[in-house]
Amino acid sequence: MLSSLRTLWYTFLHLFQRNVTVSYPEEMPYLAPRTRGRIVLTRDPDGEERCVSCYLCAVACPVDCISLQKTEDEGRWYPEFFRINFSRCIFCGFCEEACPTYAIQLTPDFEMSEYNRQNLVYEKEDLLISGTGKYPDYNFYRVSGLAIPGKDKGEAGGERKPIDIRGLMP
Amino acid sequence: MSNLHEIAAGLLNIVLGLAFVMVMAPLLTWVERRLLGFLQDRYGPNRAGPFGVLQVVADGIKLLFKQDWIPPFADPAVFVLAPAISMVTVLLALAVIPATPIIGIIGNLNVGLLYFLAMSGLGVYSVVLAGWSSNNKFSLLGGMRAAAQMVSYEVFMGLSLVGVVMLTGSFNLTDVVHSQRHLWFVVPQFLGFIVFFLGGIAETHRLPFDLPEGESELGAGFHTEYSGMKFGMFFIGEYIGIMLVSAMTTVLFLGGWYGPVLPPFLWFGIKTGFFVAFFILLRAALPRPRYDQFMAFGWKLLLPLTLLNILITGALMLGLPAPT
Repeated sequence: MLSSLRTLWYTFLHLFQRNVTVSYPEEMPYLAPRTRGRIVLTRDPDGEERCVSCYLCAVACPVDCISLQKTEDEGRWYPEFFRINFSRCIFCGFCEEACPTYAIQLTPDFEMSEYNRQNLVYEKEDLLISGTGKYPDYNFYRVSGLAIPGKDKGEAGGERKPIDIRGLMP
Repeated sequence: MSNLHEIAAGLLNIVLGLAFVMVMAPLLTWVERRLLGFLQDRYGPNRAGPFGVLQVVADGIKLLFKQDWIPPFADPAVFVLAPAISMVTVLLALAVIPATPIIGIIGNLNVGLLYFLAMSGLGVYSVVLAGWSSNNKFSLLGGMRAAAQMVSYEVFMGLSLVGVVMLTGSFNLTDVVHSQRHLWFVVPQFLGFIVFFLGGIAETHRLPFDLPEGESELGAGFHTEYSGMKFGMFFIGEYIGIMLVSAMTTVLFLGGWYGPVLPPFLWFGIKTGFFVAFFILLRAALPRPRYDQFMAFGWKLLLPLTLLNILITGALMLGLPAPT
């Protein structure tokens, strides 16, 4: 009996407490920088596409919402098309984890409702952003051993000259 | 000519009273949801119109335009009758409440208190018939529970008022209020007040005593099969019931319209509103008891308490010199 009265009193006190509700459309909730929302394709600091079309994101995707096609240009790989079907995407972030070049990233934007389901299929033009995303200094081709025009093997950052495998010296 | 005046005043009271109640009851659904929201640290319906008041209109439109469905396995005549009874009985009971000496339809009825008890007793039929005619085992269980609950709580409710009647010496509700001019009955009749209010909650089958509805075990109890405006009538009936019990508690124990400074009808409104808010607070705070606990609480605690109350009141009235 007493506990009931106690409950009544404490419930009454809640009348004077702040509401926990965030009235969303008028008032934006705080989203952590690492919130997994809309997926973007980033560019490296030189302004080139980071994506090297390795298909690892498409493989990692548990709902198969990523579709892309590789093409090659002067030793560099590019995606010919890169398509994400956001009506299937579950925003798990596996693609971001799988990406070896930090190209694919999830952003804290989640306001992407559409009236037409077809409009949720994002093409490469929709996904590409002009910036570098979360990794401002990272440039895959500057640290990888792959030879591209303007950079031979052994010239990448943190890399030594290739060993002459036919030589005897250590 | 004065006869004509009286008729006009009576008609005005009836029309305005009915209109007021029929506006307040749906509004109360919004008030309740808003208040429940705040009690649970959220907003409640605040989208439609200023502060969400138009939610009431939206709900009304929705209920009116829903299909008026009577299940093929139900007993159609009784099925339609039940919600009507629910509303009619509470509205009729409301007629005897004297809001002020002038406002009130038959506040001067010499058997007002008995009439109120009779009407709330008839209210049981709505629930029982609804449960029975739905021809659905959950509804039937709800109806059975409602019958047992309301019949047994009716006993304590009636008995708890005996003390008030003894002190007043009248069943006339206006007289009851008049005799509280100096001291509200909530003081000398505290036990009666508690028991009457608990009985009132049980009569309106509101939380925490909403066992006939008991969503967790019975779906929606007696109104499982109801939809559209028939459900709406049960709903409105319930809210008018809340107002009725609150107003009755005010009249019987809190001195009705008596109060300093403010005009009488405002005092009546404030006191009634306090109880309505308390109803909502109860809903927000307390869980539903088990059915046997609930019945045991009634018969083993409330009944002895009321009898004790009557005995003490009687003894004191005999022992003490009668107050002037």
